[in-house]
Amino acid sequence: MKKINTLDDLKKAGDKGLKSLFPGGVKITVGMATSGIASGAGEVYEALSAEIKKRKLPYILAKTGSMGMDCIEPLVDIIEKDKPRLAYGKMTAAKVPQLIDQIIKGDIDAIKPVYRVDEEDVIAKREKKHYTKGMVPEYLKGIPTFNEVPFYKKQIKIATRNCGIIDPENIEEYIARGGYLALQKALTSLSPEAVIEEVIKSGLRGRGGGGFPAGIKWQSCRSAHGDIKYVICNGDEGDPGAYMDRSVMEGDPHTVIEGMIIGAYAIGAQEGFIYVRNEYPLAVANLTKAIEEARSRGLLGKNIFGTNFSFDIKISKGAGAFVCGESTALMASLEGKAGEPRAKYIHTVEHGLWDRPSNLNNVETWANVPVIIARSGKWFSEIGAPHSTGTKVFSLVGKINNIGLVEVPMGIPLKDIIFDVGGGIPGGRKFKAVQTGGPSGGCIPASMMDLSVDFDALWEAGSMMGSGGMIVMDEKTCMVDLARYFIEFLVSESCGKCTPCREGIRRMNDMLHDICAGKGREGDVELLESMAKGIVDGSLCALGGSAPNPVLSTIKYFRDEYDAHIKQKKCPAGVCRALIRYEIDAKKCTGCGVCAKKCPSACITGEKKKAHKINQKKCIKCGICMESCKFDAITVA
Amino acid sequence: MKKATKVDVKTKEIIKKHGREKSALIAILQDIQEEYNYLPKEALNAVSIQLDVPASRIYEVATFYNTFSLNPRGQYLVEVCAGTACHVQGAFNLMDRLQRDLGIKCGETTKDNLFTLEEVRCLGCCSLAPVVRIGGNIHPYLTQDEIPRILRNYRKQG
Amino acid sequence: MVNFIIDGKKISAEKGTMVLEAARANGIDIPSLCAHEAVSRSGACRLCVVEAKKGKRSKIVTSCLYPVEEGIIIETKNERVLNVRRLVIQLLLARCPESEVIRDLAKELGIEPEPRFVPDKDKGKCILCRSCVRVCEEIVGVSAIGFSGRGANKVVGTPFQENSAVCIGCGACAFVCPTGHIQMTTTEDTRKIWDRTFKMKKCDVCGRYFAPEDQLQYISKKTGVPLKELAVCTDCR
Repeated sequence: MKKINTLDDLKKAGDKGLKSLFPGGVKITVGMATSGIASGAGEVYEALSAEIKKRKLPYILAKTGSMGMDCIEPLVDIIEKDKPRLAYGKMTAAKVPQLIDQIIKGDIDAIKPVYRVDEEDVIAKREKKHYTKGMVPEYLKGIPTFNEVPFYKKQIKIATRNCGIIDPENIEEYIARGGYLALQKALTSLSPEAVIEEVIKSGLRGRGGGGFPAGIKWQSCRSAHGDIKYVICNGDEGDPGAYMDRSVMEGDPHTVIEGMIIGAYAIGAQEGFIYVRNEYPLAVANLTKAIEEARSRGLLGKNIFGTNFSFDIKISKGAGAFVCGESTALMASLEGKAGEPRAKYIHTVEHGLWDRPSNLNNVETWANVPVIIARSGKWFSEIGAPHSTGTKVFSLVGKINNIGLVEVPMGIPLKDIIFDVGGGIPGGRKFKAVQTGGPSGGCIPASMMDLSVDFDALWEAGSMMGSGGMIVMDEKTCMVDLARYFIEFLVSESCGKCTPCREGIRRMNDMLHDICAGKGREGDVELLESMAKGIVDGSLCALGGSAPNPVLSTIKYFRDEYDAHIKQKKCPAGVCRALIRYEIDAKKCTGCGVCAKKCPSACITGEKKKAHKINQKKCIKCGICMESCKFDAITVA
Repeated sequence: MKKATKVDVKTKEIIKKHGREKSALIAILQDIQEEYNYLPKEALNAVSIQLDVPASRIYEVATFYNTFSLNPRGQYLVEVCAGTACHVQGAFNLMDRLQRDLGIKCGETTKDNLFTLEEVRCLGCCSLAPVVRIGGNIHPYLTQDEIPRILRNYRKQG
Repeated sequence: MVNFIIDGKKISAEKGTMVLEAARANGIDIPSLCAHEAVSRSGACRLCVVEAKKGKRSKIVTSCLYPVEEGIIIETKNERVLNVRRLVIQLLLARCPESEVIRDLAKELGIEPEPRFVPDKDKGKCILCRSCVRVCEEIVGVSAIGFSGRGANKVVGTPFQENSAVCIGCGACAFVCPTGHIQMTTTEDTRKIWDRTFKMKKCDVCGRYFAPEDQLQYISKKTGVPLKELAVCTDCR
């Protein structure tokens, strides 16, 4: 593989990449990120491969990461010379022959694409890529464009700019879209201090949850004493329901690598580490390949771009500990120890990994860096909100129609995300609340849906940005149960070092369990609140320090649910098993007997074609009867 | 001098692969678990001797992290996703059903060594919630109903 | 010298001193459990917390690990600090109901147990401060004991809860333990600790059993001093 040492080398590699992205003829891409594969993209890929071979077609088949719209995966894109790029959703192996037919025929009669792309922003290059020569074929005019699709309309893709478009295993495609141009610019025409200045100007705040200004962190690390320094990428995305970092690591590993090389140059580090969660094998595989490729091209290693700057990256896998997302615990893990955090009275930028100055940033933070250097800090600072510049990637999950990964400008109103991008609540149900910040965050109720989604507004509302997980809930979600769920999670993830977290959180858990089991007592809510203050103040790290947040915010906005559980022993949402009853409506029951057959504790009795009855004493509240009733005759009381 | 056992030899190989670095302990243990499907005590003692790290430290690391198991695990790991999206879609019902059908509690292995039931941290397939992963295969939108049939299929494969 | 304020009192201390020591040297009492002078500190128990104010910012820190800073304002007994301390004691009382040390501390600080916390029965008197593990690692150098597990299930002990082949029976762990959790029983010529019985060595001079044979062998190996020289107890040397 030819080494890339000069701007000219980079341009040549980019040209190759362009040919790979747009080979002329027909190219078919399949979204093969983890969730794509889980929804069957692997079978679709195999079917396409077989069909193309069978019909001896000169079509090119390639894999990409995820475009974000998980709810319609598997996603297949068709790129044809001079035609808009077409995106097909919910593709199956069975539909493949039809799809190939219509490509050959040049129509969309059998299967309709979800959207078409006439042109797209190549954001790192300040360019637009035109798929058509200005002409959109008549038969495609009825298909919405990418920017008309509600899911994508309000998004601005910076960190996820390449996901779903490039093959993550192809460095030349990354380069074709502006990759490594920023690195070349930084190493050959900017001083390290100038690079830091751009990042400070951009206003980029840590995307892992802390929200600390990245440029200031870089500056402190640069001025720390010591010749040996490290840059670290925190890929230990542990918040349940958050998979933004995974998408970037799987779909565009080079943006993380390029960001880290630029950061290392600015700080004066020679070695970098990417700590990836063990539960992300595809991310580890794609990052590993990308690092090897970058190395073989001379973009990692000695004398990058012919300068005297040398730097290399090592990947380290986590081993299943949420607490290792905390920076000092992560560093302990890198050193081969148990992931216990330590007090940060002395900052890690001065004494971090092996006691040396270390700059740790989240995957998404690093992913923004190349674009900031390519387009300027000022450009970035003009996107988003004044003190929360740029965009944020969110994983929009739960009770929402358009489940997936979205990248929106900071400051967007919450309701825009829920109703415009997210398409509202399925089943005609009502939006109740959204949980942000994972186990460290809180819930924002429907009454606050005009809230600006930025670091400070979320904090003031009693929640936090966190890493970007956004769990949407409807009236069938019990907020007390949700608080209990998060606390239970933290009980099992607490490292156990300090008293307030190890002992305090499990006591909170015991009480929440009692409340959900109908054993709550008067005064429990007050005790939870008073314990919360001690745990927040007394805990050694942010795991304990933020653990009470879900409890406090659900008490704040949904006190009535707590009261119902404690005083009336009722669960208004119909979730907490000890407080609900499944009942058969005799008027609606047709006596078909399906529920009785499925009941695992044989507690439903009744004659054929006559209304059945549930024996409440034997009922284990599994809900299978309600799931299987075709007449809506079983409800939760 | 004690004769080197198979475990000693394998452990030595793994440690060498990681450059005999003490800081690579976690990666070394991951490779050992990959090899034996759990962490045999013999292997941990071998690591202690060969890497010159106290046994108490090895034991601390082996018991701190979720992915390590000191007990042999079944052929198929039945992992119920414990993510928030799966939780609000009723994953706890799936866990209960699996516990009943397999006759074991979460964390245990069936007597025939075929299945180990565990909770797994968010798999990030939230659009497919609730999700259970069996033997590495993702089962999306799983309902309680489907569980007996799915387990039967795995049993047939043996 | 660093000049700062604790509880309204002007204090001077050498650079590198921890707030805990600086306070105590000036007659200001801060309770602590896990900080022992013999070993490195971890700030795990959180009992010695104080509030540190710098300009507009203030934070709760453990005084055992917080180095004195020029111009900083420390408060050791304000409401926020006392709230944390009370919670810590209440949690430890529930965790180790048999511990006289914690009960006495609670009485001294005027803290009542929280009835809603159901007392544990299986944690003994261990508060997981890690002093024992650290002394065995840093001072003795054998690392015979360590932590295992995570969170509330963390326990201290020997690997696999088996007899430790490397333990020398010196009892340093029992010595630094703030609550007396570690059981060490000594008969005339034996010592039992961590489920292992050690044979004690008789002093060549006075005939008193004074130290485990394993311990002397270890010291001899480590320092090169012949075993015969070590077989004399400290009183007779």
